[in-house]
Amino acid sequence: MKHFRVPFLAFGLALTAGLISGCNGGGTPPEPSDPKTGTTSGSSGGDPKGGPLTGNIVIDGSSTVYKASAAVAESFMDVHDGMDVRVSSSGTGAGMKKLAAGEIDIAGASRPIKKDELEACTKNGIEIIEIAVGYDGLTVVVNPKNTWTNDLTVAELKKMWEPNSTVRTWKDVRPSFPDTPITFYGPGTASGTFDFFTKVIMGEEDAMRTDFQASEDDNVILNGVAGDEGGIGYFGMAYWEENKDKVKAIGIDSGDGPVLPGQETVANLSYKPLSRPEFIYVNKSALSKPGMKEFVAYYLSEEGQANIKEVGYVPFVPELYERIKKRFDAGVVGSLFMGIDGKSVDAVMTEAGY
Amino acid sequence: MISKRMPAGRRNFDRFFSVLGMISIGIGILLLIIVIVGAVKDGIHMVSPDFLTRRLSPTRPDRTGVLTPMIGSAYIVGLTILLSVPIGIAAAIYLEELTRPSRMREFIQANVSNLAGVPSIIYGILGLALFVRAFQLGQTVIAAALTMSLLVLPTVILVTREALRMVPKAYREGSIALGATPWQTLFGQILPVAFPNIITGIILSASRAIGESAPLMVIGAATYMRKPPNGLFDGFTVLPIQIYYWSSDSRRGFVEVASAAIFVLMVALLALNFFAMFLRGRARRV
Amino acid sequence: MASQAAHPFAKPRSIRVWVERGLTAICFLCALATIFVSAFILYTLVVESAEFFRTIPLKEFFGSPNWNPLMKDGEYGIRALITGTMMIAAGSAVVGVPIGLMIAIYLSEYARPAVRKIAKPALELLAGIPSVVYGYFGLTVVTPLLKMINPAITTYNAFSGSIVVGIMILPLVASLSEDAIASVPRATREAAYGLGASKAEVSLTVVLKAASSGIIASILLAISRAIGETMAVTLAAGMTPTSNIDFTKAIGTMTAYFVEVSSGDVPRFGPQYTSIFAVGLLMFLLTFGMNLLSRRLVRRIQRFG
Repeated sequence: MKHFRVPFLAFGLALTAGLISGCNGGGTPPEPSDPKTGTTSGSSGGDPKGGPLTGNIVIDGSSTVYKASAAVAESFMDVHDGMDVRVSSSGTGAGMKKLAAGEIDIAGASRPIKKDELEACTKNGIEIIEIAVGYDGLTVVVNPKNTWTNDLTVAELKKMWEPNSTVRTWKDVRPSFPDTPITFYGPGTASGTFDFFTKVIMGEEDAMRTDFQASEDDNVILNGVAGDEGGIGYFGMAYWEENKDKVKAIGIDSGDGPVLPGQETVANLSYKPLSRPEFIYVNKSALSKPGMKEFVAYYLSEEGQANIKEVGYVPFVPELYERIKKRFDAGVVGSLFMGIDGKSVDAVMTEAGY
Repeated sequence: MISKRMPAGRRNFDRFFSVLGMISIGIGILLLIIVIVGAVKDGIHMVSPDFLTRRLSPTRPDRTGVLTPMIGSAYIVGLTILLSVPIGIAAAIYLEELTRPSRMREFIQANVSNLAGVPSIIYGILGLALFVRAFQLGQTVIAAALTMSLLVLPTVILVTREALRMVPKAYREGSIALGATPWQTLFGQILPVAFPNIITGIILSASRAIGESAPLMVIGAATYMRKPPNGLFDGFTVLPIQIYYWSSDSRRGFVEVASAAIFVLMVALLALNFFAMFLRGRARRV
Repeated sequence: MASQAAHPFAKPRSIRVWVERGLTAICFLCALATIFVSAFILYTLVVESAEFFRTIPLKEFFGSPNWNPLMKDGEYGIRALITGTMMIAAGSAVVGVPIGLMIAIYLSEYARPAVRKIAKPALELLAGIPSVVYGYFGLTVVTPLLKMINPAITTYNAFSGSIVVGIMILPLVASLSEDAIASVPRATREAAYGLGASKAEVSLTVVLKAASSGIIASILLAISRAIGETMAVTLAAGMTPTSNIDFTKAIGTMTAYFVEVSSGDVPRFGPQYTSIFAVGLLMFLLTFGMNLLSRRLVRRIQRFG
């Protein structure tokens, strides 16, 4: 057999060299991002005199707001190449927990912060700044082959989704419907969308039948409904807008006739009751990180508004963004929207004097 | 001996059976082609030098690229090899050359075989509990590499042992007869001869590591990561996981990107596999 | 070792002995490390599962037909996951075993070296294709084809999963069965030929019977592999656990659950976190049991074969 002494020795040397250098070289903890704590562990770059922005931002939370944040983040990084923005979508509830634990800089939420979440933040010394970023219309979708349903009343939706519901087939919803069995799809309990849906349709948060296919991943809900003739599901309008060919949106009748979700109907809140504001909650102390202030400003700017519109959100009128930005610049902490629903962002801000 | 021909029924069955066998082989080879072609046809038009050098763009399929996950993969697989190969080779040398059959050796051998059969995702779970949580390394490159090292270790040990076994006994015996110690025999005779087969084994282990996705998902690959990881303690994403995300993304255009990324992945893997086969061929030519 | 002391270029004996002893010790430790890996795996799985079972009663775990941990009053009934896993295991066996076995017989009894030279590398490559690629193939090629045959089939379905995993285990069945068949002694075959049997008859009646333990062992290993398969199953068959055995609809295997939990982020604590380990423990025991059985069978042939 052939002897490979020389290559063998070279290999051995290379391996040892690699091991040694690997142990030294790669061992420096990252600057400044540390995925396990996500706190401001010291900044790199961000020359206050106007050099290129470098830094990192960690965002997590609602899978609905994820799309907006991801679009804005990417556009932002195109402009500021040195910035590194990471966005995850673990669900509103999970995002809030991480924010309270100081593990992330920004939490996206598809519903206002809850009292116990705010308390968890203050308990850990975290101050949060609440920023509304746009409207979203929660869209109820069915399979394209479902030709019999074009709209549902809020009462019908409640009958279908409430706990201990006896609805099994479409005929149970309206006698004129065929008796195709229904499969229910929706986000799980960590989702702000879930919280919002149960609150406005059932009247009580977290109240829902238990036999639906739950997933935090909107793709799963989409594919589920798209592949199931009797399927019904719900998620943010953004997802529906991009997949109009796969699923069909139905109009919601809350007493004034059925309304389909769309940019106008959500903006003027005629798409009731499933129009809702989307929020990002910012950890105030994270604002000292380079690039943070610029990022939030970008989110609220014209470019940011264009980005979120691209992905299916409904931006506010520009002057409302001015007022929101002013409140942000002033560093006002605390929540105006906690516990409120059904009012427009404009109304709430005006009432509070902004 | 009366030479009687077999009755037609049995003869026909015989022929039928052998045709069935040939068809089966044909099916096997056909499947290989179908699976690969089927998986890359949707996206092959997207593959370009741009695609290879652009960073991830999670919102725009036409502007995305595989640079970020490729670097992540290279990083993690590189570290995995660095960590697992020395330990694996050392363990194999011990089991094969330095001990005689004994209860202890049997036990370790059986243990290695067991580990090789454990589903890869269990290693992911182990890594989550041990490296991410207990060692507090977080969802980082180093946690991923350590996990993958454990996963790949049994395979490295097994292939190295195979390679060592392929060295003819005569070499060992001749060396001992001349008064060499086991280690002198190893360094002087056995390892140089087994070397190409060991390398082949390493390459195959690496190619397996490149294709792994499930354990790394459990460790916690980033869902949105634009830039490649900077350092051991940064988040990561690897090519197979990115392919998974793209495949299940309902938005327009991402499914083709998944296919394009599969093309890149398969090219890398096929290159590695062919290189390994080539090495094996060379080593065999005595 | 008398020659060493006399050799003019030998290192002083004591240093070399110590170096060699050191190297041996290192190697021993490395080998021992594998024991620690096993120990870690078992320890982690058992300890965290114990925590899980402290919160979730066994009755619910084994009795409930639902698995929906994302709900507020989530149910953790393993039956749904096991149903999914078993469906894929059975389905993939139906797809992969017959063809794999046939290939094994042909390769060892009939094939010319030229055929072997092409077939064996092809099978190796087939086995080397990553799981995600198979998953993508299932989702974009197999499922649309199936839909043409039966429109009731949904985007994620167990047929697709079974087919794709079946292709994945095919090379494994082929190569392991081939080893088993090859180890049947020539004498057995020649005795059958001597009695006038045709090649097909010899293969089917005599060789297969003689190699049966080895073949069963290879099937067990292949099914064990199918059980542990993650990405391919998830992409092709979905991750919606259900106890209904309907191959035209989506299912959720034990492995798909891991993916489902990891998409987004793995929860930090509570039954959602520890459930990963409970399911992991079950899977580990299942695959470990099958592998052990498989090896025992192989050892049986070696002893009696």
